[in-house]
Amino acid sequence: MRIDRRGSLRRTVAIAVAAVSALWMSPSGVADAQETIKVGVLHSLSGTMAISETTLKDTMLMLIDEQNKKGGLLGKKLEAVVVDPASDWPLFAEKARQLLQKDKVAAVFGCWTSVSRKSVLPVFEELNGLLFYPVQYEGEESSKNVFYTGAAPNQQAIPAVDYLMNDIGAKRWVLAGTDYVYPRTTNKILEAYLKSKGVADEDIMISYTPFGHSDWQTIVADIKKFGSAGKKTAVVSTINGDANVPFYKELGNQGVAADDIPVVAFSVGEEELSGIDTKPLVGHLAAWNYFMSVDAPVNADFIKTWHGFIKNPKRVTNDPMEAHVIGFNMWVKAVEKAGTTDPTAVQKAIIGIQAPNMTGGMSTMLANHHITKPVLIGEIQEDGQFATVWQTDDLVPGDAWSDFLPDSKIIEADWTEKLNCGNFNTVTKKCSGQNY
Amino acid sequence: MQSLATVLAITWLAVTIGFVVPGRADDAAFAAALEAVQSSSFQTKAAAAGQIAESGSAQAPAVLKALLDGRLYVRKADNVVLIATEAGGVVDALSGAALPAEDKVGLRKIIINNQMRGALRVALARVSLRAADPTERRIAVESLFGTLSGETVQPLRDALVAERDARVKETLRTAIALVELAESPERERRRAAIDTLSSSMYAEARTRLAAVLETGANGAPIEPEEDVRWAAQSGIERIDRRRAWYGFVETLMFGLSLGSVLVLAAIGLAITFGVMGVINMAHGELIMLGAYTTWVVQQALPGHLESSLYIAIPAAFLVAALVGVAIERGVVRFLYGRPLETLLATYGISLVLQQTVRTIFSPLNRAVATPEWMSGQLILNPALAINYNRLFIVFFSLAVFLALVALLRFTTLGLQVRAVAQNRAMARAMGVRAGRIDAITFGLGAGVAGLAGVALSQLTNVGPNLGQSYIVDSFMVVVFGGVGNLWGTLVAGMSLGLANKFLEPYAGAVLAKIFVLVFIILFIQRRPRGLFPQPGRAAEA
Repeated sequence: MRIDRRGSLRRTVAIAVAAVSALWMSPSGVADAQETIKVGVLHSLSGTMAISETTLKDTMLMLIDEQNKKGGLLGKKLEAVVVDPASDWPLFAEKARQLLQKDKVAAVFGCWTSVSRKSVLPVFEELNGLLFYPVQYEGEESSKNVFYTGAAPNQQAIPAVDYLMNDIGAKRWVLAGTDYVYPRTTNKILEAYLKSKGVADEDIMISYTPFGHSDWQTIVADIKKFGSAGKKTAVVSTINGDANVPFYKELGNQGVAADDIPVVAFSVGEEELSGIDTKPLVGHLAAWNYFMSVDAPVNADFIKTWHGFIKNPKRVTNDPMEAHVIGFNMWVKAVEKAGTTDPTAVQKAIIGIQAPNMTGGMSTMLANHHITKPVLIGEIQEDGQFATVWQTDDLVPGDAWSDFLPDSKIIEADWTEKLNCGNFNTVTKKCSGQNY
Repeated sequence: MQSLATVLAITWLAVTIGFVVPGRADDAAFAAALEAVQSSSFQTKAAAAGQIAESGSAQAPAVLKALLDGRLYVRKADNVVLIATEAGGVVDALSGAALPAEDKVGLRKIIINNQMRGALRVALARVSLRAADPTERRIAVESLFGTLSGETVQPLRDALVAERDARVKETLRTAIALVELAESPERERRRAAIDTLSSSMYAEARTRLAAVLETGANGAPIEPEEDVRWAAQSGIERIDRRRAWYGFVETLMFGLSLGSVLVLAAIGLAITFGVMGVINMAHGELIMLGAYTTWVVQQALPGHLESSLYIAIPAAFLVAALVGVAIERGVVRFLYGRPLETLLATYGISLVLQQTVRTIFSPLNRAVATPEWMSGQLILNPALAINYNRLFIVFFSLAVFLALVALLRFTTLGLQVRAVAQNRAMARAMGVRAGRIDAITFGLGAGVAGLAGVALSQLTNVGPNLGQSYIVDSFMVVVFGGVGNLWGTLVAGMSLGLANKFLEPYAGAVLAKIFVLVFIILFIQRRPRGLFPQPGRAAEA
């Protein structure tokens, strides 16, 4: 190959010019980035979970907007960085990395399914980010970098089963869930709990379906058969995402009435109901820590602000939205207390912080990174709202490690100076170092 | 403690509410109960409902029915209790007098919980025993099954004497037999009750027969007579045999309905892939377009839900066919004979279509309503019921399939399509415009995908990802059935649906699907050309 001296010189100059101008034009983070504090929003805006998560993105935008109206945080404006992981779990991890490394967000509010949270967990622990996770989940986890503002099983699943057992008199149980970590672990806990209350093996039926499952004929027919043995039967549903729509449709089609075989769902709220015809579902139940129908002045204000922001009076509020409100307010207070958005400082400052919940009480951030929440059981009404039929008198503190599984009973999580560990074995007195 | 008190109140409600005796009207108690039912405590409400039933007021049944249906309101301004009638009017609960229409804002609905619901249903059932519609009478008797005793069964005996409808008579006999078996001291009557229950398909019948065989706390059997126990045992076996048979028929029906959905989804692909050799990865999105067309039709004609499907079917066919022709003319035409490029190009088109729909309609699912004539179940007997929507879809897919076969077999267009598929050069030499036929065939396959979308909109979520759930299944059916053969698609679709549904009770939904997939993989290893391969034609283009 002949070397054309003049050509190669010209080429070298061209490359150098290109490199310099690229460096000059790229966002280097020097000039203008420190004017705003960036907040990451990591919720699926498409795919099977979009039905549940899109409204959480809107809630975060509203909260950031409201905070900016109050003057921002530490004198700076807040800026939302919204990404769409599209119900694709590996994509959640990629987007989380992008938010933490490229956008340099101070905190991330996101995830819904436990599999998405498990996917992003290593990223947050590696890059020392902060994730506020607003959805009820299966427990068995306490990470230094995650704040669980949704319900642990002792704040949702166990009280719901208690209600069915004591108030409804259920003797046979169907545990139906989507096939991933949250329903599997929750059902493990519930099975152990039911057996500890004397329920026999043949009175428990467990079934799993894939995400987006739409052919419920066989399973609903099986539920009917299981429930016609003469004992009162109840269904505990951990079905997630849009598979709930054909499930409830099939329940309606096959005439499974709520006073016959009640279904209590843990992942169906006002948002999921707003897309279904709720007439055949009247009387079926859900267990949450907040309902839009709760009669409290702070809730009425919240709904008014929400409708004003989203400019659509038909949009509903639900429990994960409330969890984001609590989590965001706790983060803001912790940042103000610590005087900085640095994750380590915020982690120290946030324990013990209190923020109001939307049912009229005060939520506290505990040492295991869970919060205190009231438990409410509600029945679906014709208009897609819930009517509270039972609630706890006090706030229930979240327990990360279930007392009903023998392996978890002995484990404690405490992120204060005392233990500084998410998985501390109280028998061997050792911290395993792994938070799940 | 609160829950115990509620349970007691509900029990009292259930007991007293059985005595809705007309004629012994106690209007003061009725009025007082209407005050109490406005309370926010479920306990108080249940007690109040019991008092309403006991008062015997002529208005009591209407108030109780309204309370059950969620049509009982109290006016916030003056605490007057109102009933919103089914016809849409407003009636005063105390007097029954009609009132002018009310604005919902000034009213508070009186809500009930599940326990009250159950007790109210039982109360109203007693009143409905004399209803005009036999279905209503039958449902009334069925709701009373669990609550009958020697004292309360007399109205049913009276009803049986006057009853003419065979189905209702059977239900009444079952109800009476349930009580007789539990309470009659005479052995012969218990034996007669067992005979009645043995031929009944109601779940309660079997449960009561099983209860006969139980032993009491002291270890001695509850039923003292040996031959009664033996009769109960053989009765249970009889019921179980019939149940197993009906269970088999039910699984068969489920399998056929799943199979018909698969056939409907795959038949369009059978034409494009089978007849033309084009791998169309956008097939799922064409199905999705058909489903969205149904939604758009329902939105455009809000008052015509019942006829919306009749309009949606041709509309979906046209929309999907036009998009199909556009795909063929715009992209696929240039890639004939290059299956890998076609695959990639059509995959790209599928992504474009998904994102277009996401942008136009939003990424969230759209709710498509089911018309009244397709809702509910066809109840053949208490052990066997078929959903109407599934039944119609089975017929619909068979109709579409037969129409396609007829089109290909008996029309000139079909002749030309087959000619071009078998020997393109010769067909062109005979004067067939092959390019035009290509476009029409692709459009036909796409249009049928649109029809599948209409059917699927009734069964599952309508969202941008609808196509992704069905593309793999469609290819599986076409490859399994034999490329180029419509009948193969029918057999393959139906057998895959049946296999999936027969496996599901044993293996669960997830494993059943896995087993079916593994089976197809192994089958293709042995017979790569599928069940009914086209003679002399290669599987690839």
